[in-house]
Amino acid sequence: MLLHAVQLAYWQETTIKVVVILGMIPAGALILGYVFLMKMMSFMQSRLGPMEAGPYGTLQLVADGLKFLQKEDIFPEKADRWVFALAPLVVLISTFLLFVVLPVGPDLIVEDLDTGIFFALAVSSISVIGVLMAGWSSANKYALLGGLRAAGQLIAYELPLLLAVVGVVIQAGTLSMQGIVVAQAEGSIFGFDAIGSPYIITQFFGFLIFLAAVQAELTQPPFDMPVAESEIVGGYQVEYTGFRFLLFFMGEFGTAFAFAGIASVLFLGGWWVPGFEPTDNILNWLGPIAMFGKVMFVAFLIFWVRFTYPRFREDQLQAFAWKVLIPLSLLNILATAVLKVAF
Amino acid sequence: MPQLPGLVKGLGVTFRTMLKPNVTVQYPHVKEEPTPRARGVIALKEENCTACMLCARECPDWCIYIEGHKYLAPPRREGGSPRQKNALDRFDIDYALCMYCGICVEVCPFEALFWSPEFEYGEHRIADLLHDKERLGEWMKTVPDFEAYEAGSEMKPKKVPR
Repeated sequence: MLLHAVQLAYWQETTIKVVVILGMIPAGALILGYVFLMKMMSFMQSRLGPMEAGPYGTLQLVADGLKFLQKEDIFPEKADRWVFALAPLVVLISTFLLFVVLPVGPDLIVEDLDTGIFFALAVSSISVIGVLMAGWSSANKYALLGGLRAAGQLIAYELPLLLAVVGVVIQAGTLSMQGIVVAQAEGSIFGFDAIGSPYIITQFFGFLIFLAAVQAELTQPPFDMPVAESEIVGGYQVEYTGFRFLLFFMGEFGTAFAFAGIASVLFLGGWWVPGFEPTDNILNWLGPIAMFGKVMFVAFLIFWVRFTYPRFREDQLQAFAWKVLIPLSLLNILATAVLKVAF
Repeated sequence: MPQLPGLVKGLGVTFRTMLKPNVTVQYPHVKEEPTPRARGVIALKEENCTACMLCARECPDWCIYIEGHKYLAPPRREGGSPRQKNALDRFDIDYALCMYCGICVEVCPFEALFWSPEFEYGEHRIADLLHDKERLGEWMKTVPDFEAYEAGSEMKPKKVPR
């Protein structure tokens, strides 16, 4: 891990890793929730947002979390109790596993899998099962509608998400997250290598498609048909109260944090800071800071779009995925492959 | 893609709004400055009131309660007959009913009713929102002077009786 001199037993190392990731989800959810959901959204709507709990309302989400903990844990009478109880955990596990392959420094990664990005995209789709479980087991028509809409949407947008990544993978020549970072650090744009070759330049369309698909994966506006409050009152979350609702909330924002991290690894150069070799030990300290800045930048883009656009209709939403994003991402792959061979 | 320019424009709108400073006043910590002619509360100049009942009759909510009695005042000149005058016994406005339309202020022919911008008179009991004539008289201190009309107007601004 961080200090090469310290040798830890396998179980010690694993415990540290698990604790760190378990802390990442609420921490990421809190940061994104406060900075973007509460403050940026308020400023975009000419409001101040929460101001009372803590300085500038910084502790508002903590207070909300404590409030959720005090609530009664209600099961609907006809709900499938086991499935109902497990659904938020399945969503959270998907988020948890996303952090496993997210690198924040040359040595700071839980598991540097050779197929890192493949693993990340694979586990991110586990959340569909959780959402569907929640929708189905709630014994509520709105929840069922929301769950099915979510399933349809998440599956539709999984494809452009995957296909947008393929362009990056072709260019980097590896599926490993660390490999992609190193490839961007060592790359150069027509001989100019001061900033490496962040793929946001060469894969700009891939980046846009990836962000659009992430937006849909997070079921955020303008792709929030599954949870549309004004139509199906929260969709699959409608019957959830207290702690279980909090888990859904943390899952959503934790996933946003993780996806912003994945996007910054794939397109913005991850933890690499220009001017250093990708093997420098100092990057174990600078890397997380640089990574955090990039994550916040990508999250800003995601939430900016979220707070700007109104909701897609269900048919527009499906048409956008199948008729626009998927053909575009296929073209992107084709162009990338041709250019890769040409250069 | 004909929608694309509009989409980008929308992003610009939210971004600019985000950078604009807010005008929100953190009310309990910072007191809001109401505009001078804000309709906060109605003040009563008791000496000007003749208990003519016009305001009570025009009030759409029937929230003004007036009671008065007649009495004979001494004649103005020696040898004259005593004058009949109205004395005001009770003048209550029930702010639980009032809808702040201001018709009573407009209809008063004797300049006894005025708008004041004060708004901090919430109560725990709804019955306490009934302000009697002493309470309404106290609001007179908070009535601001009338502002001058716009340039070129022949009307002179009204005076607030102090």
